[in-house]
Amino acid sequence: MGFLDKFKKGLKKTAQLMRTDIRDLFKGGGRLVDDVFCEEWYEIFIRTDMGVEASQELVDDIRTNFRARVVEMQAVLDRIKEKLKVLLAQPEEPIRFAPEGPTVIMVAGVNGCGKTTTIAKLARMFQEEGKNVVLGAADTFRAAAVEQLTIWANRLGAEIVTGPPGSDPASVAHRALAQAIANQADVCIVDTAGRLQTQQGLMQQLTKIHRVLGKQIPEAPHEVLLVLDATTGQNGISQARHFTDAVKCTGLVLAKLDGTAKGGVVVAIRKQVGLPVKYVGVGEKAEDLALFDAESFVDALFEDMAANE
Amino acid sequence: MFEALQENLSSALRTLRGTAVLTESNMREGLRTVHRALLEADVSLPAVKAFMDRVTQQAVGERVLKAIDPSKQLVYIVYQELVNLMGPVDHSMHLGGEVSILMLCGLQGSGKTTTCGKLGGLIKQRGRQPMLVAADLQRPAAIQQLQILGEQLELPVYADLNAQDPVRLCQAAVRQAKALGANVLILDTAGRLHVDRELMEQLTQIDNRVGPDQVYLVVDAMTGQDAVHSAQAFNEALELDGVIMTKLDGDARGGAALSVKHVTGVPIKFIGTGEHLDALEEFHPDRMAGRILGMGDIVTLVEQAQQKFDQEEMAKQQARMLKGQFTLDDFKKMLGQVGKLGPLQKVMGYIPGFGQMQKMMDAMGADAEGDMKRLVGVIDSMTPDERADPTKVVDLSRRRRIAAGAGVQPHEVNDLVKQFDLMSGMMRQMAGMGIRQRMKAMQQLAQDGMNPNAALSKKKIGTGKRLTSTDRAKMKKIRDRELRKKKREAKKR
Repeated sequence: MGFLDKFKKGLKKTAQLMRTDIRDLFKGGGRLVDDVFCEEWYEIFIRTDMGVEASQELVDDIRTNFRARVVEMQAVLDRIKEKLKVLLAQPEEPIRFAPEGPTVIMVAGVNGCGKTTTIAKLARMFQEEGKNVVLGAADTFRAAAVEQLTIWANRLGAEIVTGPPGSDPASVAHRALAQAIANQADVCIVDTAGRLQTQQGLMQQLTKIHRVLGKQIPEAPHEVLLVLDATTGQNGISQARHFTDAVKCTGLVLAKLDGTAKGGVVVAIRKQVGLPVKYVGVGEKAEDLALFDAESFVDALFEDMAANE
Repeated sequence: MFEALQENLSSALRTLRGTAVLTESNMREGLRTVHRALLEADVSLPAVKAFMDRVTQQAVGERVLKAIDPSKQLVYIVYQELVNLMGPVDHSMHLGGEVSILMLCGLQGSGKTTTCGKLGGLIKQRGRQPMLVAADLQRPAAIQQLQILGEQLELPVYADLNAQDPVRLCQAAVRQAKALGANVLILDTAGRLHVDRELMEQLTQIDNRVGPDQVYLVVDAMTGQDAVHSAQAFNEALELDGVIMTKLDGDARGGAALSVKHVTGVPIKFIGTGEHLDALEEFHPDRMAGRILGMGDIVTLVEQAQQKFDQEEMAKQQARMLKGQFTLDDFKKMLGQVGKLGPLQKVMGYIPGFGQMQKMMDAMGADAEGDMKRLVGVIDSMTPDERADPTKVVDLSRRRRIAAGAGVQPHEVNDLVKQFDLMSGMMRQMAGMGIRQRMKAMQQLAQDGMNPNAALSKKKIGTGKRLTSTDRAKMKKIRDRELRKKKREAKKR
């Protein structure tokens, strides 16, 4: 068979595969692990957005472990899930709280990834834990960004420090932290303007905010969270890398996970940049924030398959 | 934007370029790389499959094997298929009639509100009266955001802070538009997930009751494999007329452009290339495909240059250059004009052969923008005499004064003067050249630029006094021939 024919056949297979019956692969109890089988898995991995490299690695793993054997789907699935769970495993406590004084959390990300909403959710979560929260609206660039956070602050009854449009965001951050210290607040969350990671000037501005916070409390910011849109593809790796270079991110918040996007790029990010996922956003309301759980995340990655069991 | 895809494809095709004959096996290697490159660029799987299938069919056919230069043919096939997949284009917004209504929809955070403003600015520029409608009642402060954008662009914004129902709001906006004499309405709807039935239903209702003439889907260029799902869902709910792709100014590979086109079949109309309100460009698949293959996007650059360069100023400069009078003032003006084109890094991406250099500069952390500002600062600190002929006039004490004035180190002033000296020499040379030679000189310049350690260096020019060995041999031959001739003639006599 020429490779063209193989190609066409593969194509037909994909059409069937899309959003459907993966169990077909395992009709009649088990399947022989051959090249076609591996190619099918490769495509399943690709569709989660985990990227070519990670997908290839997992397929290679299947190939070395099951090659030329007839296997049950569950055996393969379990092995893959186990591998990913180990990779994505988290420490129990996602936020490192300062022993005394306010814990400073800086939130960064590209435009439209969901920073402001995430901050509202974080604030609410801390409030539920009985903590006092001060918000710093250091996104002085985008039109009405300050208003957006202010509306959230009013809804949640949290204190907020703002600055006029176009003013220096670092000064807003500074004042927010000063306010938090004066009020003996437990947590100070600093919002920043969305920026693409390739905009050097803006990334330097972010570094400056980070530095300014560190001048008031040496360990601050205690956490730097990068908000990542779950629909993001391979560009997420570049985002994680550049933001970590600029402000030493300590973890990810995977926002908008309530759609059909799987957010598999965090697998590649964990591998290549090392950033763990700390929280996931699963809706538009303030309570729609969940602690990241590797187990259920991995299950969700392959839920199309599980649904057919 | 497509750099990474471009890089991967060029490397894949480079491996093919060397081979004289294309066989199925070496072709397979190249195509495999193309396949991988597309996936890494976030092109969705179905779109990749369709693309590869078509390319493979053509590439492995007899046509290629019999072609004079098969590798070139393959490059052409890949290029042509990219153009086909992303085209055909239709930039028209079909504005006409009493009031045209454009509706923007998309996922949260894809950039609808900003695009709404940009689109309004563009339409106004084209001589119509747009009005923006804040129909996003979901996100806090979305209305204020649109109002601020409207203020910046001097466009009317229809908003109602107490509105509950976006359908009614849009209907009221249409009435208001008629009263105000606006003839284009742009509806900024709330971002929503395509799986949210209730909100998708609401969108369909706006579509039915308000009857927009055009419905555009706003898509984030960074979207991954999920692009096919959301685009399909929006297309089913609304029958899209076009797509606007945003955030293409970052390093996103933009594979979503291919995916969305593949599933919806509607043309990509515009691309957002920056945060500023004029950063909305028409989408050109041929340029994009050319960029993917590393051919550079010179057409876009020329177009932008035509828009932004001050024509008269250009003509003056050229005249001066032709005469060989090139001063630091001219240099400064040139810097200013380049600055108008946009971020230097972006501009370089457009020029063939400069893509590589741009990457290198990024890797070195070179800050072209900042360097340019510093250069201007140094020039500003000079007297007119110094600017006219810096090489002769600037001495040690002047150098120190200029450096202090510009807030730079004295050696930076020196660097500038040296560079200027070399450049003005080059300009004088180029002034005497024909267009072909000039292009050649430019390319040489680009190549020299690839070496990070070398600044501009003076080219060695032949003095005409020394000859190469072949020349000497030739001369000797001629001399000998003359000698023999003389001898013969002497004998005859």
